[in-house]
Amino acid sequence: MRSLLKLAFIVFAAFAAVLPASAQNIRIAVLEGLSGPFANVGEHWMSEFRFAVDQVNANGGVLNGRKLEIVPLDNKGSAQESLIQLRNATNQGIQFIFQGTSSAIAAALIDAVEKNNTRNPAAQVVFLNYSAIDMPLTNEGCSYWHFRFDANIDMKVRALIGELAADKSIKKVYLINQDYSLGQTVSKSAAAFLKAERPDIEIVGNDFHPIGQVKDFVPYIAKIQASGAQVVITSSWGNDMLNLIKAGNALGLKLSWYTFYAGAFGAPTALGDASAGRVKVVSEYHNNIASNGVAAWDAAYRAKTGSDFLFQRARLSILMLASAINKAKSTEAKEVARALEGMKFDGGLGMVEMRAGDHQLLQPLFVYTLEKTAARGGPKEAAIELEGSGLGSVTTKRFDAQQTALPHSCVMKRPS
Amino acid sequence: MEYSLVLLLNGISFGLLLFMLSSGLTLVFSLMGVLNFAHAGFYMLGAYIGYEASLRINFWAGLVLAPLTVGGIGMAVEYFGLRKVHRYGHAAELLFTFGLAFLIDEATHLIWGRSAVNYAIPAALSGPLFSIGEAQFPIYRGFIILISVAMLVAIWMLLRMSRIGLIIRGALTHPNTISTLGHDLPWVHMLVFGIGAALAGLAGAVGGAAFVTEPGMAHALGPIVFVVVVIGGLGSLGGAFVAALLIGCIQTFAVVADFNLGGILPFLHWNGIESITVSRLAPVLPYFLMILLLVLRPQGLMGKRAL
Repeated sequence: MRSLLKLAFIVFAAFAAVLPASAQNIRIAVLEGLSGPFANVGEHWMSEFRFAVDQVNANGGVLNGRKLEIVPLDNKGSAQESLIQLRNATNQGIQFIFQGTSSAIAAALIDAVEKNNTRNPAAQVVFLNYSAIDMPLTNEGCSYWHFRFDANIDMKVRALIGELAADKSIKKVYLINQDYSLGQTVSKSAAAFLKAERPDIEIVGNDFHPIGQVKDFVPYIAKIQASGAQVVITSSWGNDMLNLIKAGNALGLKLSWYTFYAGAFGAPTALGDASAGRVKVVSEYHNNIASNGVAAWDAAYRAKTGSDFLFQRARLSILMLASAINKAKSTEAKEVARALEGMKFDGGLGMVEMRAGDHQLLQPLFVYTLEKTAARGGPKEAAIELEGSGLGSVTTKRFDAQQTALPHSCVMKRPS
Repeated sequence: MEYSLVLLLNGISFGLLLFMLSSGLTLVFSLMGVLNFAHAGFYMLGAYIGYEASLRINFWAGLVLAPLTVGGIGMAVEYFGLRKVHRYGHAAELLFTFGLAFLIDEATHLIWGRSAVNYAIPAALSGPLFSIGEAQFPIYRGFIILISVAMLVAIWMLLRMSRIGLIIRGALTHPNTISTLGHDLPWVHMLVFGIGAALAGLAGAVGGAAFVTEPGMAHALGPIVFVVVVIGGLGSLGGAFVAALLIGCIQTFAVVADFNLGGILPFLHWNGIESITVSRLAPVLPYFLMILLLVLRPQGLMGKRAL
């Protein structure tokens, strides 16, 4: 009994010794899937957030020397677990929640954050969304406490179609997407924007496949070939994207892919030289942008971690949060949110604006094409290689922040 | 029109790959009464071993090393694990293989990481085998058909023409008699489990290059293998063959079937469900078929023993 008490005292003392040092830090909870099938994506996000926070801290931190600290929380890719982790974060007194890989989880979190902030005015949190792009989150489901740092579905689709529309030789387009909210919305949105910008283009196919279920995409590719399509638009990601590409290569598919997610996580490697010049991606960043204020950051990240820097939106969300904290001179959620909305910021690639009306970030968007790197005989803009694939990115169209703006239907309820 | 031939051959190649995978499962079940939940895990191990071999030696070495290694692992699993659990009954064996499946998953994560690895088709096998107009049939799919048929013939010859095959076939129906005649029955069990695992390993080495090799592949392919075995009839190798080809072709052709559910079932008018096309349901059709078959004909198409 005595030795047990002694042990308990030592453990408590150890905790107490550690505590004061971190009490000064401003903690940011990042909810990501750190186990399960997409853990590699979750780990990459954590790595980028940690790097961003290290840069802020190295430059003096916020509020006269206080440091930012990332608290990684594994939400196992489920909404249920995310709500548990949100409770976990608020119990620890964390005021800033980051999440992005799933719009369903983001929607659940917005709801939970609204409830939390109403019921616990002393423990309010701000939710920064870095990748969930479903439309309702900044329209009918918008919230004062939620800020979106990634261009939403309509903005991305409009950028892709904007690039496509310039090529008058394209007459037939095929749509293939995953059968859930993202894929359904992309399909509807693409059809609408195509009708508006190029009514002469015929949509020769509109397929949905279940996520992660299909191993053999050859039948889909055969269908695409039979339709005579010249362009395929797809928002598929993960192994579906890889399998789709591999099947396309196996059947010698010779058309252009307009994608959301073919620029990372194995896709450029799977694409290979056969796809050079024919795959386009819409994104807020790639590593061969001309007159680029992010290049030093990119190089430093690459030197430190050995992987590609992918997510300008991770960088922006941390930098803008730090800026908002400094502007509000406080870490109180309500004050920081007030400082963040409407903020205009120099993102390094052009001015960005966190639109106050719906909390959607307006930032430059790029449509880039994967080409062979300059070192292997490709265009000289393709200087830096993507993940050792022999392919590099080249901007084919750039949209400035204000050009990407689309109307919204958000009726924001602001706290007094 | 030309696409129909490509699609048919594709359906056959996928079906034969599924058969290579499910034949091991059926064999093990026929002999030992164990439904091996870890079977898809052996497939995944075969793919990763094939990948490692293709990096360090070459692709062809992988085709030999993968089944040998995975077969060895299978025999070890049977000798050190399953045999000990056998005396506690079928449920215990099932649970053992269930746990083993998780172990294999985690081991794969630890050794090779969580991302997909670039297990590529060798240059000699990439490109089209033949073209009909615009449609191409890849060489590698033809290669899959070739390997599957070769393996099928080899297994058939083993079972029908060799002495060990005779013993295995005897042990399938009259285990006690075989034992009485002096043959080492546990050794036969170990051998058959090893052969089943080796088949899965070969399927993995071949399939992993065609489809993506990633840590979730066991999860993705596991259920469809069970569907094949159940539809074919538990314990029937011929049934598994027919079922695998059937499912391969259904999955392939359903994708191009662009007609609505409302066209097949005209009374269906609820919540927009009539506008769902068959092609959207293509990947889950095998499961519908399995449920239908279990209701109408529980022993499967050619099944000989109950679950």
